Amino acid sequence: MIFIRAIGLTLLLLLGTLLPSNAAEADLRAIIAKFATASNFSAIEAVVHELAATGDRAVERPLAALAEGHLYVRKNDSLVFVGKDGAGGIELLDPLSGEKSGDAAKGDITKVKVNNTLRRAIRDALGTLTLGAKDPAARIAAAATMFKTPDATNIEPLDAAIANETVASVKALLEQARAASVLVSDRPEADRLAAIALIGARGDRDALSLLTSVEANSEGTVKDAATAAMARINSTLALWDAGQNIWYGISLGSVLLLAAIGLAITFGVMGVINMAHGEMVMLGAYTTFVVQEVIRNSFPGLFDWSLVIALPLAFLVAALVGLVIERGVIRFLYGRPLETLLATWGVSLILQQAVRTIFGPTNQEVGNPSWMSGSFDIGQLAVTWNRLWILVFSLCVFAVLLYVMKRTPWGLQMRAVTANRRMAASMGIRTPWVDALTFALGSGIAGIAGVALSQIDNVSPNLGRGYIIDSFMVVVFGGVGNLWGTLVGAFSLGIVNKFLEPYAGAVLGKIVVLVLIILFIQKRPRGLFALKGRAVEA
Amino acid sequence: MRGSFSTITKMFSTSVVVAGLLMSVPARAADDTIKVGILHSLSGTMAISETTLKDAMLMLIEEQNAKGGLLGKKLEAVVVDPASNWPLFAEKARELISKDKVAAVFGCWTSVSRKSVLPVFSELDNILFYPVQYEGEESERNVFYTGAAPNQQAIPAVDYLMSEDGGSVKRWVLEGTDYVYPRTTNKILEAYLKAKGVAAEDIMVNYTPFGFSDWQTEVSAIKKFGSAGKKTAVVSTVNGDANVPFYKELGNQGIKAEDIPVMAFSVGEEELAGLDTGPLVGHLAAWNYFQSVDTPENEKFIADWHKFIKNDKRTTNDPMEAHYVGFNMWVKAVEKAGTTDPDKVIDAVIGVSVPNLTGGYSTMMPNHHITKPVLIGEIQADGQFETVSQTPGLVMGDEWSDYLADSKDLISDWRAPLSCGNFNVATGKCGGKGTN
Repeated sequence: MIFIRAIGLTLLLLLGTLLPSNAAEADLRAIIAKFATASNFSAIEAVVHELAATGDRAVERPLAALAEGHLYVRKNDSLVFVGKDGAGGIELLDPLSGEKSGDAAKGDITKVKVNNTLRRAIRDALGTLTLGAKDPAARIAAAATMFKTPDATNIEPLDAAIANETVASVKALLEQARAASVLVSDRPEADRLAAIALIGARGDRDALSLLTSVEANSEGTVKDAATAAMARINSTLALWDAGQNIWYGISLGSVLLLAAIGLAITFGVMGVINMAHGEMVMLGAYTTFVVQEVIRNSFPGLFDWSLVIALPLAFLVAALVGLVIERGVIRFLYGRPLETLLATWGVSLILQQAVRTIFGPTNQEVGNPSWMSGSFDIGQLAVTWNRLWILVFSLCVFAVLLYVMKRTPWGLQMRAVTANRRMAASMGIRTPWVDALTFALGSGIAGIAGVALSQIDNVSPNLGRGYIIDSFMVVVFGGVGNLWGTLVGAFSLGIVNKFLEPYAGAVLGKIVVLVLIILFIQKRPRGLFALKGRAVEA
Repeated sequence: MRGSFSTITKMFSTSVVVAGLLMSVPARAADDTIKVGILHSLSGTMAISETTLKDAMLMLIEEQNAKGGLLGKKLEAVVVDPASNWPLFAEKARELISKDKVAAVFGCWTSVSRKSVLPVFSELDNILFYPVQYEGEESERNVFYTGAAPNQQAIPAVDYLMSEDGGSVKRWVLEGTDYVYPRTTNKILEAYLKAKGVAAEDIMVNYTPFGFSDWQTEVSAIKKFGSAGKKTAVVSTVNGDANVPFYKELGNQGIKAEDIPVMAFSVGEEELAGLDTGPLVGHLAAWNYFQSVDTPENEKFIADWHKFIKNDKRTTNDPMEAHYVGFNMWVKAVEKAGTTDPDKVIDAVIGVSVPNLTGGYSTMMPNHHITKPVLIGEIQADGQFETVSQTPGLVMGDEWSDYLADSKDLISDWRAPLSCGNFNVATGKCGGKGTN
């Protein structure tokens, strides 16, 4: 009896909590139903604004779905659903509760269309709604959105949010968002001046952008304060710009180093003008593609490891092809640089066309693992993860190669053959095999460079073409036959290039660098670090 | 040594004889087939784009033969490979016309390759159907331009960005690869934007070399230019290969389409196939056709293409549609003229109207350009485009831009009695000069 009464009481209580929200829910559903009849983007936008105006957190689901293009209207009854790709067509979910309410074939439903303007409107609307979210990341996103779209009506909800905020960093962002809104409101001058000080302290491009429009629309002390704040931001940004150029230069240098370091072995140490070097890089990139395809189809969980798995394979593939080229072509042409140049050029064309025949002429998609996507900020400097990892990787490859050359017996043999082939041979070193393995090593290194470059460039049969000239430039500039020269050469070319680019443009910048190198070679024909060896004797 | 030399001579002479025999076979068959030349690079840099067009042409010819051929004869495709080498385009065109005696040629992609074959086509009097969007400022008697002229792509795209739906853009970055198409297009766009009241300091023009791969500085410059408190957009004429690193850098530096949209003129389904489009959703492209266009004609075309290429992941794209339209126009014109004689066909093809894949009809105009709808599409997560705007009617290709001082007085009309590709309406004389 008590049991039944308890159930009755619970039901009553439940009913009590459900009833008011049911009424609100009916209103929301009525608004959502309007998506079915909205015929153009501005009509859809009006519905979005109406939904946002309710202030109900429940509208987050349909709005987010709309932004991602997952909101559908069923053709036969004009009901609006959130769609999810399912096994047999599209799974339909209730727009408010998110519960499954059926399946539909693609032809039975129409998508509610969305464009950039709408996505922006939704982002702004969601920004206000998620201000009180539990997840700090959502609150940060809300603050960022509200900072970018300041509005006088935002001040009150922001005041409330600031009062409730416990995380200091989020609180600071919320205060900046509030300051931005104060600047577009008709608050007294003292408030506006305080807001300018707050935004000036933020000091980034978004702040500058906001202050520019404030300066244009105000007068008197507010205008002066905005001008002063802008001047301060501009001078710190100029410093950051220089830092940014150095970082971009280092990053470009690391790419050049990766591309050139294999060539530093084949051309630098062995003296082979290897025009097929770029194609070794390409083979490495295609190996990455194949590895990723296999992983996608068979072991999707391993995707983040795909590059690590591809590294040894790319090394082996490129090294094997390099070995075949050396044994098949190059060993007959030692000491005849012109013929080597033409023969390896021919080999490069053959490799390109072979890849084109096997994989097709179009670009292949190589995905970025999650740890290589996106960027993070150091002050006003945006550092992208893939560039950072490529820098780290290139330095690792350099260190390993240096170790192999200086500290292993094989490296010793290589250097011995380079320094004096006859004497090395009479000491019992099998020079032909050292040649073959050295060439294979250079090619293999190019192959692993391909794994890294597949992350920033497109994987097509032409991939290697873009790197061959730059690689030769680096090796010649750095000093033929010297690994340290290649390192210094790559980074100095990268940094010079990136400092010239903002002023001269990419096209002219490249030409200027080329002219500088030619002048430098006139002065020092053997590059930065000259070395005695077979390449010099030849 | 002597022995081996004579062996080589023997082998050489044998192979010459064999080659001669092989060549004489099609020559004998020439009477009962009509030959169609396909001049697209199958190797070298441009193979990435042009190989697809070669396959599309082979498919169209095969389909026409299945329908019974043309004038009671079978069509025969003659495929040559100009290897992305501009002078070789002219040589191969000459070979197609003089040696293979083709009735018409479908080919070229880059403007340089087109310019390189122009003298050959006018000297030997044959027909070229050119399927790629280009910079305009040209109208030749022997060339039919089935791709978009600037007013069928660039101008409507900019109009869309200026509209409320497009985000009322006030500040413009014109980013391009350094060659003739982007330079001319940007010249036209700059003049157009200024005519629309955009101040010079709100336009930034930047060029990068072919195959450029390090976009860090450019993308951060775009970010900087876009933070001046006005709505900013990028209009990109960046060419094929350089696009993938460009978009990857945009994604990594967190430039969202909602903040700074990029409108591209050279990025289609094919280019997106090499990219994870997740971070790029909302960036735009302007074309006259998208694979996602929902019409029965397009559905059939895609199904045929997948069957022909034996891979249902391959995409279709705008230049393929241009070949589809161009080839059908040529077929219809030959039927109308009753002969494949280029002189007759050149006159017959004007006014010919054939269905395009977007649900309408395209017509060949007297200036040798065709009418097309203009579609603006946003990139979707699945690598396709979704049309967000479409011109209400068809747009007629305007060969001489109205926004360039040198060409605004020029018109082209290849019908008798005018028969002139660059008639100057101000002086009343044929032979005006454009900007190229």
